[in-house]
Amino acid sequence: MFSSIKYASDLIYRGISYVGALAALLGETVCSLFVPPLNSNRILTQMLRVGPGSFFIASIVAFFIGMIMALQMAYQMVELSAEIYIPNVVSVSLTRELAPVLTSLIVAGRVGAGITAELGSMVVTEQVEALRAFAVNPVRYLVVPRFLALVIMLPILTIFADLIGIMGGFVICVYKLFINPSLYFTMVSKAVDLSDITTGLIKTICFGAIIALVGCHQGLNVKAGAEGVGKATTMSVVISFILIIIADCLFTTLFYFVLRV
Amino acid sequence: MIFINNLSKKIDNNIVLNNLNLRVKPGETKVIIGRSGVGKSVLLKHIVGIIKPDAGTIEINGENITLMTEKEINKVRMQIGLVFQGGALFDSMSVEENVAFVLNEFMSLDRKVVRQKVADSLAMVGLKDIEKMMPSQLSGGMKKRVSLARVLCMEPQIILYDEPTTGVDPITADAINNLIVELHDKLKVTSIVVTHDMSSAYKVADSIAMLYHGRVIAEGTPSEIKMTNHPVVKQFITGDAHGPITENENLVFGHVR
Ligand SMILES: Nc1ncnc2c1ncn2[C@@H]1O[C@H](COP(=O)(O)OP(=O)(O)O)[C@@H](O)[C@H]1O
Ligand SMILES: [Mg+2]
Repeated sequence: MFSSIKYASDLIYRGISYVGALAALLGETVCSLFVPPLNSNRILTQMLRVGPGSFFIASIVAFFIGMIMALQMAYQMVELSAEIYIPNVVSVSLTRELAPVLTSLIVAGRVGAGITAELGSMVVTEQVEALRAFAVNPVRYLVVPRFLALVIMLPILTIFADLIGIMGGFVICVYKLFINPSLYFTMVSKAVDLSDITTGLIKTICFGAIIALVGCHQGLNVKAGAEGVGKATTMSVVISFILIIIADCLFTTLFYFVLRV
Repeated sequence: MIFINNLSKKIDNNIVLNNLNLRVKPGETKVIIGRSGVGKSVLLKHIVGIIKPDAGTIEINGENITLMTEKEINKVRMQIGLVFQGGALFDSMSVEENVAFVLNEFMSLDRKVVRQKVADSLAMVGLKDIEKMMPSQLSGGMKKRVSLARVLCMEPQIILYDEPTTGVDPITADAINNLIVELHDKLKVTSIVVTHDMSSAYKVADSIAMLYHGRVIAEGTPSEIKMTNHPVVKQFITGDAHGPITENENLVFGHVR
C-alpha cells in the first residue's frame, strides 16, 4: 500500500519535472526565434520532411475515417430516417476533433520518432558536442527549424485532412445512402462554423509544438549507444501520444466550457 | 596560452579528473599521454567548455572560461579547434559542407572562395576530390582527416587533437605528425595532442605530460620522458604488461565506494 503511494507520487513527480524540462526547452526555442538570423534553408528542409512526407498517410487515414464515420452514423440514422444529418455529424466531428488529433498522432509517430532517432544518433556520435565546440547553439541549430516546421505544417496537413475526410463521407453518403451530391455539400457548409475549423487548427499548433519538443528533448538527452537511441525513440512516441491526448482534453474543456465556441 | 588549475570532474560517481594542473605556453605543442579511459578526451572537452568542471579553473589567453556564459565562451571557441576522437563529422552533410561548416555558419564568403579554402584544407591532410562524398562513404582514417581539415579551415590559434593518429595507417599517421609539426613551426599554433602512440608523441611534442589517476603525474621534454625513472611512466612508454599499472586498476580507482 505504502509502496504503491510512493510509486504513484514518484511518477507524478517525474511527470511534472519532465513537463518542466519541456517548458525550459520551449522557452529557449522561442527566445532563439527572435534573434536573427534564422536559417531559412534548414527550416524549409524540415518543413518538406514534415509536410509532403506525411501527406499521403494522413490523407488515407482521413479519407477512411470520413467513410467509417458516415457508415457508423448510417447504422443509427437510417432507423430514424435522419440520414440527411450524417454530413453534419461527419464534418463537424472531423474538423473539431478527429482530423486534428489523428493527423497529430500520425505525425508524432512518423516525424517525432524520426527527430528523436536523428538527434539521438547525433548525440551518440558526438555531433552535438561538435556543434557546441564550433560555437553553434544546438537548440538554435537543431530544435528551432524542427519546431517551426511542425508548428507550421501540422495545421496545413490538418486542413487537407479536414477536406479529404469530408470527401470520404461524401463517397458513402452519395454512393451508398444516395444523398444528392450538392445537398451533401450544402449540409456540410451549413453545419461547419468557422470556429469549428479554427479551434481544430489552434489545437494542432500546440500538438505540433508538443511533438517537436518531446522529439528533440528525447533525442538530445540520449545517454548510451544504439540501444539508448531505440529506447528514446519509443518513449518519444509514447510521451507525445499521452501529452497530445491530455492537451486535447484541456483544449476541449477550454473551448467548450469556457469560451463556448 | 592554456592555464588549467586544480581541475576536478566526477562523472556518474567516477572521479575522472582530480585536481589536475596543466600549462600550455603560446606556440607550444603539449602531448598528453595516458591509458584509455583515463580522461584525456574529457580534459579536451573541458578546454572548449562543452563539459563544465566540478571545481577548478581553465584560463585561455588570460580569460577564465569556467565563469563565462555560453555566449561569452562562443567567442573563445572561435579561436579553438577540437579534432574529435571519432571525427564527429555531421553525417547529414557532404565532406565539403563539413569542412566549410564554420565558414558557412559565421562568414558570408563568396562560394568560390569557400570552395578553394575547402580544397586547400583537404589538401593539407592529403585528401582531394572527395568534396561531394558523404561521411558514411569514408573510411575511419579518412573521417579523422576530414575532421582535421574542418578544424584547419577555421584557422584557429589553438588546436586540440584527440588521438589524431589512432586507427590510421602508419604512412598517413606520419603525414599527420608532419602536419602537426608544420602548423607548430610555420603558423605558431598552440596545440594539445592526446595520444597513446609514443612514436607520434616523441615526434611532435615540445613537452609531454602523462595523465594518471585524474592528474598529471609526470611532465617533461620528450628526452626527459624517455629517460624517466618514474615506474608508472616507464611502464606506459615501454608498453609493459607488468608493473604498477595493472589491468583493472582504473576501475578500482575510478569508483567511489
Ligand atoms: N558522457 C559520459 N558519460 C559517462 N561517463 C563518461 C562520459 N564521458 C566519459 N566518461 C568516463 O570518463 C572516463 C574518461 O573517458 P575519456 O576521457 O573518454 O577517456 P580517454 O582518456 O580514453 O579519452 C571514462 O571512465 C569514461 O567511462
Ligand atoms: Mg578519448
